[in-house]
Amino acid sequence: MKMLNIHKDTFKHGVHPPEYKEETNHLPIRQFDFAPVLIIPMAQHIGSPSEIVVREGQEVERGQLLAKSTGYVSVPIHAPAAGIIRKIANVPTISGKMSPGIFLEVFPFSGQEVAEGMPLDLETASADEILKGIQDAGIVGLGGAAFPTHVKLKVPDDKNCEVLLINGIECEPYLTTDHRVMLEQTEDVIHGIKYLMKATGAPKAIIGIEANKMDAAEHLERFIPEDLPIEVKVVPVKYPQGAEKMLITSIMGVEVPSGGLPIDVGAVVVNVATAAEIGRLLPHGWGIQERVVTITGPGVKNKGNYLIPMGTPLRYVLDQVGISDNISEVYMGGPMMGMAVSNLDISIVKGTSGIIVFNDEDVVSRNEEHPCIKCGACVEACPLSLNPSRMGLMAKFKAYDRMAEEQNLLDCFECGSCSFVCPSHIPLVQYFRLSKSIVRKRKSAKQHA
Amino acid sequence: MLNKTLHISTSPHIVKGNSTQVIMKNVVYALIPAALFSVFTFGLSALLVLGTAVASCLITEYALCKVSGRKVTTSDYSAVITGLLLGMTLPPAFPLWMVACGGFIAIGLGKFVFGGLGYNVFNPALVGRAVLQAAFPVAITTWTDALSADRFTSIPSSVLALPFMEPVYDITSGATPLSAFKFDHHITPSFDLAFGMIGGSLGETSSFLILAGGVYLMIRKMANWKITVSILTSVIVLSGALHLFNAELYPSPLFMLFSGGLMLGACFMATDMVGSPLTTKGIIVYGAFIGILVVVIRIWGGLPEGVMYAILLGNALSPQLDQWLKPRVYGTSKKKKS
Repeated sequence: MKMLNIHKDTFKHGVHPPEYKEETNHLPIRQFDFAPVLIIPMAQHIGSPSEIVVREGQEVERGQLLAKSTGYVSVPIHAPAAGIIRKIANVPTISGKMSPGIFLEVFPFSGQEVAEGMPLDLETASADEILKGIQDAGIVGLGGAAFPTHVKLKVPDDKNCEVLLINGIECEPYLTTDHRVMLEQTEDVIHGIKYLMKATGAPKAIIGIEANKMDAAEHLERFIPEDLPIEVKVVPVKYPQGAEKMLITSIMGVEVPSGGLPIDVGAVVVNVATAAEIGRLLPHGWGIQERVVTITGPGVKNKGNYLIPMGTPLRYVLDQVGISDNISEVYMGGPMMGMAVSNLDISIVKGTSGIIVFNDEDVVSRNEEHPCIKCGACVEACPLSLNPSRMGLMAKFKAYDRMAEEQNLLDCFECGSCSFVCPSHIPLVQYFRLSKSIVRKRKSAKQHA
Repeated sequence: MLNKTLHISTSPHIVKGNSTQVIMKNVVYALIPAALFSVFTFGLSALLVLGTAVASCLITEYALCKVSGRKVTTSDYSAVITGLLLGMTLPPAFPLWMVACGGFIAIGLGKFVFGGLGYNVFNPALVGRAVLQAAFPVAITTWTDALSADRFTSIPSSVLALPFMEPVYDITSGATPLSAFKFDHHITPSFDLAFGMIGGSLGETSSFLILAGGVYLMIRKMANWKITVSILTSVIVLSGALHLFNAELYPSPLFMLFSGGLMLGACFMATDMVGSPLTTKGIIVYGAFIGILVVVIRIWGGLPEGVMYAILLGNALSPQLDQWLKPRVYGTSKKKKS
């Protein structure tokens, strides 16, 4: 057996939150039942929402196109189940905004078979055809960002992709979806990487995995054929290593320039579950219909990793897994960057990597805020070497432009490490989110003036 | 079951354990051994001085919060720390009314006028101490001998002096090791210094217990060890160099290390998070700056002790140090101009 490549290097700073992964990381992925009605929002990805191509009353097959992409930064949406379109209306989303959506009443006998599309053969397809195939399959970053994958894979003419980084870090506490995907969908992952290497022209691929998933690393290492230039690299456990910039620094030892993209240092980063979907769907020309979601947290009775059809209402999901009587908050995504759910009528979408349920006693947001005592914990935590303490103070005094000019505010990718360590419970990252959006608005106002 | 109203909050949804209050509480714990030892060496008067200092700080904090209509913050332990630190910088027979003045100034001028906890530029206890030194130069340099036989049975009359009256000292004033060095060129043995068998301010005497308290905080990551190490190293290096150059004229580094308020300053005052820099480079320069100033003031200055001024000047410098020595931000090639 090949020796595992265990890496000591990692990015600067960062934090070590408790992992809470042991409750679900050994549980195999289980298929979720179809909800009686799936509610499918059109705004599931970053970019312009999809445009509905079906009408009320129409019967659809599983895998049939429901909505087409509306431009380059957009992807289509496919029917997650066979059924009938009951209603087309605005539906709530996690962001609080309403989005046009489709109410799909699932046929009681809807099975798992999928309507075949246009298969894309790895050997004969060109790079552009693969990119088109990825877009047509409705694939977005499944790590949580939901950015259309084909856009990210498009290497500009003046740049070269030297390495394809496959992100199997999953540094958010609680989440174990990527872990299970690496263990159970190994062949899909490797097949997906082949497509991705062809699409980007990368001569080699590296799968980055944190040291708390050694079983997945060993399993992948066993599966990778000797003649493929795919490497597995194990890195020390640290949050937020799953962030693109941090992963690049940990594995390649270089920094992505401020304001730049991974391709500026010759890298393209793709989440491992996204790679698996590509490997599974493209050979059949299928569209994405379901995804793996970790459902966990102190408030959940049957914790686990579930394969859930897109559009499954959160209310139905929680009913199925069972929740405790005193639940207080529900998050979509991980506990460090995930968003709190205000409405159980929202649905599982392409970007939903986890659902975490907290009881009253687990909620920390009601901790009282104290003044900053300049302890420097946030400075020691920030993976970008920003000064959150000073920026927090500047935000209080509304010095937003100075934050951007002097303190590199716009580099902040909101990992939340500063808020996590702050002993005074100052919601630093929330200040920075607001400050960033104010600075961006002012900038665009200036451009239009 | 699912009709319950959900709360929403912004991420992150988990936090690390330490809270500001827990940190402050631990600083108090870390100070207690040295404070108790000062009561053992100086008796009742030490207890009265420490008690008055803490009480006056708490009362001032409470009163100023009430008057300005803010939330009362006496329970965050920061005023207790200021009181203890102030008390520990004072001589054992210091008149109590002057102690109370110091507490009032420490909180009022040192902390409150800047906007309260976290916004103060200077260490509040040292601000109180500095004003007392300027206002009562005689009282603050009048020392009683350690371990006197009647220390638990009688209180020096100066302690209970009436406000605005000149205190009468009924005890022989023993010189501190530093003033003995400065004015009489007498060097106290280092062992006595380290374990506190000497005259001096309350918290100056047992360097060993203060260091132990400081180490406790550093292990629990509630005080930055880099500051203490940087100060002590620069003191050792500079005074060591001078001592090697002329051992007659300049005392040994050990004497410099364990005399006066250096340990208290290096472990508890310079490490006060509010007044010290946040960045690693800033912290090291800040510590070195304080250490060098301590040696310079002690050897060439007009005062026997320089820790207080060294730290106050360090406090004044620290925001700028953070700006000047700003770490390179990820993905930027050089430091941004500011």
